[in-house]
Amino acid sequence: MTTFLGVPTRRLAGPDDEDPLRGSRPFPAAAADAVRDPVLRRNLRRATTTIRAKREHVVSEVADWEDLRDTGSAVKADVMARLPELLEQLESAVTARGGVVHWAADAAEANAIVTDLIRRTGADEVIKVKSMATQEIGLNEHLAEQGIAAIETDLAELIVQLAGDKPSHILVPAIHRGRAEIRQIFLERMADVPPALTDEPRVLAMAAREHLRRKFLSAKVAVSGANFAIAETGTLAVVESEGNGRMCLTLPETLITVMGIEKLLPSFGDLEVFLQLLPRSSTGERMNPYTSLWTGVTPGDGPQEFHLVLLDNGRTNALADSLGRTALHCIRCSACLNVCPVYERAGGHAYGSVYPGPIGAVLTPQLTGLTGGHDVNATLPYASTLCGACFDACPVKIDIPSMLVELRGRAVDAGRGGVPDGWAAAMKAASWVMSGERRWSVAETASRAGRLVAGRRGRISRLPFPLSRWTRSRDLPAPPAETFRQWWARTRGDDDAGPDAGNPPIAGTPAPRPAADGGDRP
Amino acid sequence: MRIALIATCIADALFPDVDRSVVRLLERLGHRVVFPTEQVCCGQMHVNTGYLAEALPVVRQHVETFERAEFDVAVAPSGSCVGSVRHQQAMVARRSGDESLAGRAEELAGRTYELSELLVDVLGVIDVGAYYPHRVTYHPTCHSLRMLRVGDKPLQLLRAVEGIDLVELPDAQSCCGFGGTFALKNSDVSTAMLADKMSRVLSTSAEVCTAGDSSCLLHIGGGLTRLRTGVRTVHLAQILASTRDEVAGSVTV
Amino acid sequence: MSTREEMLGRIRAAVAAGAPLAGGCVPLEGDGPDLAVDGVPRRYRRTGDQPPGSPAVLDVLVDRLEDYRATVHRCAAADVARAVRTALGDARSVVVPPGLPDGTVDTAAPDAPEVVVDGRPEPLSAVALDRIDAVVTAARVACAVTGTIVLDGEPDQGRRVITLIPDRHVVVLRAEQVVQTWPETVALLEPTRPLTMISGPSATSDIELSRVEGVHGPRNLQVVIVDPA
Repeated sequence: MTTFLGVPTRRLAGPDDEDPLRGSRPFPAAAADAVRDPVLRRNLRRATTTIRAKREHVVSEVADWEDLRDTGSAVKADVMARLPELLEQLESAVTARGGVVHWAADAAEANAIVTDLIRRTGADEVIKVKSMATQEIGLNEHLAEQGIAAIETDLAELIVQLAGDKPSHILVPAIHRGRAEIRQIFLERMADVPPALTDEPRVLAMAAREHLRRKFLSAKVAVSGANFAIAETGTLAVVESEGNGRMCLTLPETLITVMGIEKLLPSFGDLEVFLQLLPRSSTGERMNPYTSLWTGVTPGDGPQEFHLVLLDNGRTNALADSLGRTALHCIRCSACLNVCPVYERAGGHAYGSVYPGPIGAVLTPQLTGLTGGHDVNATLPYASTLCGACFDACPVKIDIPSMLVELRGRAVDAGRGGVPDGWAAAMKAASWVMSGERRWSVAETASRAGRLVAGRRGRISRLPFPLSRWTRSRDLPAPPAETFRQWWARTRGDDDAGPDAGNPPIAGTPAPRPAADGGDRP
Repeated sequence: MRIALIATCIADALFPDVDRSVVRLLERLGHRVVFPTEQVCCGQMHVNTGYLAEALPVVRQHVETFERAEFDVAVAPSGSCVGSVRHQQAMVARRSGDESLAGRAEELAGRTYELSELLVDVLGVIDVGAYYPHRVTYHPTCHSLRMLRVGDKPLQLLRAVEGIDLVELPDAQSCCGFGGTFALKNSDVSTAMLADKMSRVLSTSAEVCTAGDSSCLLHIGGGLTRLRTGVRTVHLAQILASTRDEVAGSVTV
Repeated sequence: MSTREEMLGRIRAAVAAGAPLAGGCVPLEGDGPDLAVDGVPRRYRRTGDQPPGSPAVLDVLVDRLEDYRATVHRCAAADVARAVRTALGDARSVVVPPGLPDGTVDTAAPDAPEVVVDGRPEPLSAVALDRIDAVVTAARVACAVTGTIVLDGEPDQGRRVITLIPDRHVVVLRAEQVVQTWPETVALLEPTRPLTMISGPSATSDIELSRVEGVHGPRNLQVVIVDPA
């Protein structure tokens, strides 16, 4: 693996808990609180179960789904390999069509560029289409400090914004909220809320429609992200459902789009692949209700001023790594979140980053880099059982489990040289024991002491730290009276060839039953 | 066929009847089982916890042990360990710069099989002549399902068992929450996942929950006995090794 | 050095540093004769197995549109005006793009809605559009497998805003404009035109993943499919 010594990215100033890419607590601690919240568990279970079923249904009807995934993966690999030339191609195509391209190395630069562009229009209010890139740079908070109100227009983003909450999902930022909670948030925080508001999703959606209608009709400036940018033509695409995206991309005089540099596709024709992959993976629909594509400025139709801000913000850290760069293939569909058993229990906030779930666990630490042994982001690669569901669901075949293992390796390597912690010491000892059969046999014999604490049931229910983390919810079987290798040696002797050709196979197991029965079974 | 047994460290130390069952089953089918005695572990625990340098000697021990042994194919009663042999050992060697070890690991991986793969794909047998008169539900472990793609091979084998009352496990493909050291490092989430898995198992009214991995069964079984559910965990190999004369795991706890 | 140059420099260095090793561990499975020049395999279906406008393709489109809760009207070429009138329902005012074929909206009937042509003489403001009940347009192409209609801003479809603000959108599709697959659809598009892809009425699933049709875009989508004569 290559170590890339790039220019360190300037992170946001201020306390840690305001960094959109770094929470204030390690994942296990934050997740431990989350799993104790019955409302959160119910909301997450309901939402992920629904969307998994929808996704499975619409994916199963596409006969060439695996071929589309192969192409999607290869197109993205090609983009990463040719990123500089494709970015320059995009820039010249956008410029030729009347757009202005800006380059932002990090969050601070991007925020400053956007603020300045808004100021020049004289506006003190902007409407926004849901955008991960602007969440990642904390744009709304920055604009608020500068006296500019940013109004989120996506329903879920609006819920989160009204509640003063943080998004917990890439696609459905308010997935952690149920209908009753959303009604309460609207009643308390929405200025023009209808008094007869019920918790019917339709009624809540109509309240949001009325609330935002006047904002749309009067807005002068909109800020958006982009799902795709076509290098060849300078075309940008926003994929959405509610029509708030169309409103933002069509009605204002000025449009500012903030986009990560990895969002490129080489040619317009590539959309034939990605527009099939994204909606089915994302909302579990054959196609999302609305997709808008625009190229620079179209005279007489839509915003007459268009700015595109290209954002690095740590992406080159990931790009500089042959395995890590595949995290940049991500098209933000959130399928990996929806199928992840850990996300389903812990929820998005536990990850502390605007990118939660499996992709967040590999993307976030690469964007921020790891600052040392106490960096909470170092716990993210461990927030997985490596069950592999994310890899199967990913429309561009990002091998998230392998990346998690690799990042764990790097987190461990980064911590070497100091005082080894308990894990390091235990792993080192285990490595020594497990690389020699005699040492292993001795250890097995020693562990038989466990039989003393097992009691009559043959089960161990209490062990000291760190094994207490196992026994506080699970029994451990008492070690058996005889290990397998002891049985083999006793019944087959030192001859590891087993019963020879002339001997009849030994049927049955002559092993004695252990005194504390039951320990001999998983 | 001459078949080398990868006992797996966890079954060797905690569940020797699983390995004994593999021996019994394969010998009953007329094959010869060898046990290269210097084997210890595939290295997966170290790899998955991020200790790749520490995994190297463990991997080397495995590769060198099996290189010295004479056999046609190797088998492990574990999707997870075979997954590690196939997808991790060469990576560990390569990462340390030992290209020779990586190549040798790949050669061995090419003839290493998980138990249901060995029976169905290599030996071409589905009815192994087993008898197991119990109500059983099968949990497909993540690594057998998604790393090895064993598909319904274990279920094919189970369906052919005489006397078995096989019931489908709802939401079967959902992870049980073990995840190796995840169970300790993220104990709370692991337990939450276990609770959901147990509720599914209990909903089937099965008396036995089976799977192809001792590690996942250690986890599920640890929860089931803690709550005195009366549901036992039994490895797939133990069920397949059972006969009318000797029913595995039939002694009450 | 400008930010642009600095960023491009970093990106170039990163691309070189992280280049996948030949035969390395990056899981790229493109192989064999299917590889195009750029190393990208394209084994997916590029064309439909049914010709554009064929009955099978139209059936799929109708199925998908109805699944999205759009309303579909089928008619012969001579009956377009009647079908559009049905599709307009109780709309009292209608905006149409300047290039919509004459006779699409029947203005002679005694109960005909008031018809406003966008751009004659002036483009309508968003506020003015907000007082209009419905819009009638043509389309560029429709994709059957996903039930998607694409507008490209030609004179028979008009500016994007007119299909966005009125609450009812009536789209008149000629059968031959309906293709089966996405590759066929994308091939027909002119990238630099403002494109709007519409798959049913606006919708949201943001509350408990439960789908609600009709949010900010038109809440009512009516599709008139004109069968070949």
